[in-house]
Amino acid sequence: MINASLKELGAALAQKRISSVELTTLFVDRIEKLNPTLNAFVTVDRDKALAAARAADQKLGAGGTALSPLCGIPLAHKDIFCTAGWRTTCGSKMLANFVSPYDAHVVERLNDAGMVLLGKCNMDEFAMGSSNETSFFGPVKNPWNPACVPGGSSGGSAAAVAARLAPAATGTDTGGSIRQPAALCGLTGLKPTYGVVSRYGMIAFASSLDQGGPMAKSAEDCALLLNAMAGFDARDSTSLERPAEDYCRDLEKPLQGLRIGLPKEFFGEGMDAGVRAAVEAAIAEYRKLGATTVEVSLPNSSLSVPAYYVIAPAEASSNLSRFDGVRYGHRAAEYGDLNDMYAKSRAEGFGAEVKRRILIGTYVLSHGYYDAYYLKAQKIRRLIAADFQEAFKACDVIMGPTAPSVAFKFGEKSADPVQMYLSDIYTIAVNLAGLPGLSIPCGFDKQLPVGLQLIVPWFGEAKMLNAAHQFQLATDWHRRMPAGLEA
Amino acid sequence: MSAWEVVIGLETHAQLQTKSKIFSGASTAFGADPNRQACAVDIALPGVLPVLNREAVVCAIKFGLAIGAQIAPRSIFARKNYFYPDLPKGYQISQFELPVVSGGGLTIRVGAGETAQEKTVRLTRAHLEEDAGKSLHEDFHGRTGIDLNRAGTPLLEIVTEPDMRSSAEAVAYAKALHSLVTWIGICDGNMQEGSFRCDANVSVRKPGGPLGTRREIKNLNSFRFLQQAIDYEIQWQINEIEEGRKIQQATVLFDPDTGETRAMRSKEDAHDYRYFPDPDLLPLEIKPDWIAEVRSSLPELPQAMQQRFQADYGLSAYDAATLAATRASARFFEDTVAAAGKEQAKLCANWVMGELAARLNRDEKEIAASPVSAAQLAGMVRRIADGTLSSKLAKEVFEALWNGEGQDADAIIEARGLKQVSDASAIEPIIDTVLAANQKSVEEFRAGKEKAFNALVGQIMKATQGKANPQQVNELLRKKLGV
Repeated sequence: MINASLKELGAALAQKRISSVELTTLFVDRIEKLNPTLNAFVTVDRDKALAAARAADQKLGAGGTALSPLCGIPLAHKDIFCTAGWRTTCGSKMLANFVSPYDAHVVERLNDAGMVLLGKCNMDEFAMGSSNETSFFGPVKNPWNPACVPGGSSGGSAAAVAARLAPAATGTDTGGSIRQPAALCGLTGLKPTYGVVSRYGMIAFASSLDQGGPMAKSAEDCALLLNAMAGFDARDSTSLERPAEDYCRDLEKPLQGLRIGLPKEFFGEGMDAGVRAAVEAAIAEYRKLGATTVEVSLPNSSLSVPAYYVIAPAEASSNLSRFDGVRYGHRAAEYGDLNDMYAKSRAEGFGAEVKRRILIGTYVLSHGYYDAYYLKAQKIRRLIAADFQEAFKACDVIMGPTAPSVAFKFGEKSADPVQMYLSDIYTIAVNLAGLPGLSIPCGFDKQLPVGLQLIVPWFGEAKMLNAAHQFQLATDWHRRMPAGLEA
Repeated sequence: MSAWEVVIGLETHAQLQTKSKIFSGASTAFGADPNRQACAVDIALPGVLPVLNREAVVCAIKFGLAIGAQIAPRSIFARKNYFYPDLPKGYQISQFELPVVSGGGLTIRVGAGETAQEKTVRLTRAHLEEDAGKSLHEDFHGRTGIDLNRAGTPLLEIVTEPDMRSSAEAVAYAKALHSLVTWIGICDGNMQEGSFRCDANVSVRKPGGPLGTRREIKNLNSFRFLQQAIDYEIQWQINEIEEGRKIQQATVLFDPDTGETRAMRSKEDAHDYRYFPDPDLLPLEIKPDWIAEVRSSLPELPQAMQQRFQADYGLSAYDAATLAATRASARFFEDTVAAAGKEQAKLCANWVMGELAARLNRDEKEIAASPVSAAQLAGMVRRIADGTLSSKLAKEVFEALWNGEGQDADAIIEARGLKQVSDASAIEPIIDTVLAANQKSVEEFRAGKEKAFNALVGQIMKATQGKANPQQVNELLRKKLGV
């Protein structure tokens, strides 16, 4: 049951072969047993989960055509999504005791579908990190090798699904935070087109880049989840008002004639040989499925990391100003005047990486530096988006590695921020251009999963999921499970 | 004074009359218990996002049209970053580089009565932004209370060029602006509740010289304080310079108790607000058809109405400006004229600006709540015009109408017998009686004392209880006395 797809779980629930309460109990038991080692969850609440499961069982009992295929299936939320009545920490001491009075749009949507929340997943503090080492609640272990990082920032979500502590999870992706941990944990993770999933109730890191998305064991699972998560929300001004889509609609289409673009910049220096081998083998598999490949170029991609590390910290420095100890969140126990209260509360409440980014962001927006940094970065951002537009004239989908290496060891990159930032070298440009991207497992290097990244034009999610699903029908990388975690 | 030229520019924050806040659905009504009108967005919970209130944009478009400004087809909301406890997000959403309204002007009248001069104050820009909450420093035993009811209330910040040259001009501008924003219905104009507040940038210079260093007086919420603060500031700056000191750019506060301005912070500790476009909000796009739709909803504007009053009713510029000072006063005047007849417009104007205005002022009533209706006033004006009422009797009728002692002028005239007597056969016998009883005055008059004539008129009027037509009494008396 722990390896079942969402479709299989949905069918089992609908046919009453298992109840949501039984399924939920199964996963909560696994969490209780394995989470102390993995640290994938920050908060788990058996009572709340079972109450939701009982409600789902009632819905399932009543049946009807309006019933979501996800009804009764448990899931986990990244702890960046506000969940009414649940602690929502964003991986930070600042919000360690914050209980949200409201649900994020994504949470509402999945609740409405009848999904059962098991708990809240660990993450890099305020989603700032690529290894989950910045979390106030301690690092998450990679289920494939506990000495390795799970990736980040949605590392808890990735580890939870990889270890089969939850059938699926939500994540958010600002510069690769869904795709990179999905790659490092052997999952399928999708970052939708900017504006497809509402950001309401998703604690903001960098507003113009943040996008929520599903993390699961397969493209088909992700398509089902995206059907429930996506949709217009009037409370988010950047949410796009478009007709609802069925992201499963193209899954079964053959790939004959699919044009795959391979950006030469993604296959140059910096990628581990084992990753390259796995990615090239996957491309060869695609050719067998009827796809053709063409070399394309994204000439400005070397600028994506520097541009990102101006824009994202700039927005973050402002977004995180609300955490001032005045209305909620951490406030220093002792302080002198008002400024001292701000300084102490924020000094105590934020970790080192968050402070680093607030400082960078404050600097680049400062009088006299704005044009040289922020404005220039915005121009680069437009160039990067134009590069993709140009490349998509020659291909339907761009493919390449998700990350330059497989999961690395704890501490390996945390001393050098730039090395850490380069873990997202292939994913960041996608956020800057607002495009949909997806990572699927495509092999192993050093007994650790390798991720293949797919990138398509805006609103191309259905096509992207089709390409991923067809690959998963032909391969079994996505079915592999870390050893030693069987029930 | 003439050795120094004063240069003043004003920044006015007009609170917009929308039902809900500029970026949230919470109510904007004034006076609720603290923090009862602050929703998740207003208190800046983690994860909440702003959504622009379309009504606030309509207000900005109305204002832009009313001052002949450009409405930007695309404007940008920016974040102004600073920490303060009553600023929940740690930034204010405002407009910086691309405001919604730019240019335009407002015509003011400076000076008293008919001698007043017209002058146009140019506007730099007007932009939309959100208000902050309030910090309450009293009643919390050395701590500070925060009320976020006002946080997110829509404001239009209206900025002038440094076009004003005296406190009188600044006040005239502020009044004209106040009148305009209430006229077009975008602001309730309540200065006590802070719906309309001004910051004044003041500097002095030698006439024709370069601009002096300015100091900004913050948060002036009455026309009187505006005048007092500017006058004090001008004198202070002149004294400083004349005593050989330099003016430092600064933000100052006006203390109404002492009548003085006091520096709050200098330029050195000015904030770096780190403005940047708010990524949570899309650029504000205003298409021509939206502007056209708003234009069609605008009422006749004060300037146009004043010109119409002069052309149609033959009023002076002063009368027209006075009557069109507010929409309510203009409406009352026009309703009166409509009922009394266009040829009585001047008489109507005199009564609305004179007796009615004075009485309203005495009883602290708004013209919209006048106990004497336009129809009642018109009925009385008609009786003055047809000679039934002398102006003296009219005042009595007006007072009776004010006190609700009769349905209309005719009823009061009838009930009190206030009808003016213009019948010679009724007046002549009374004149005869008065002349017979006042032979001394008659002799004095014949001896050349014109004063004695007036005394006789007075006696006759008294004898008729003021009802005789004074002009007719005059004529008949002269005839009797053979002059």
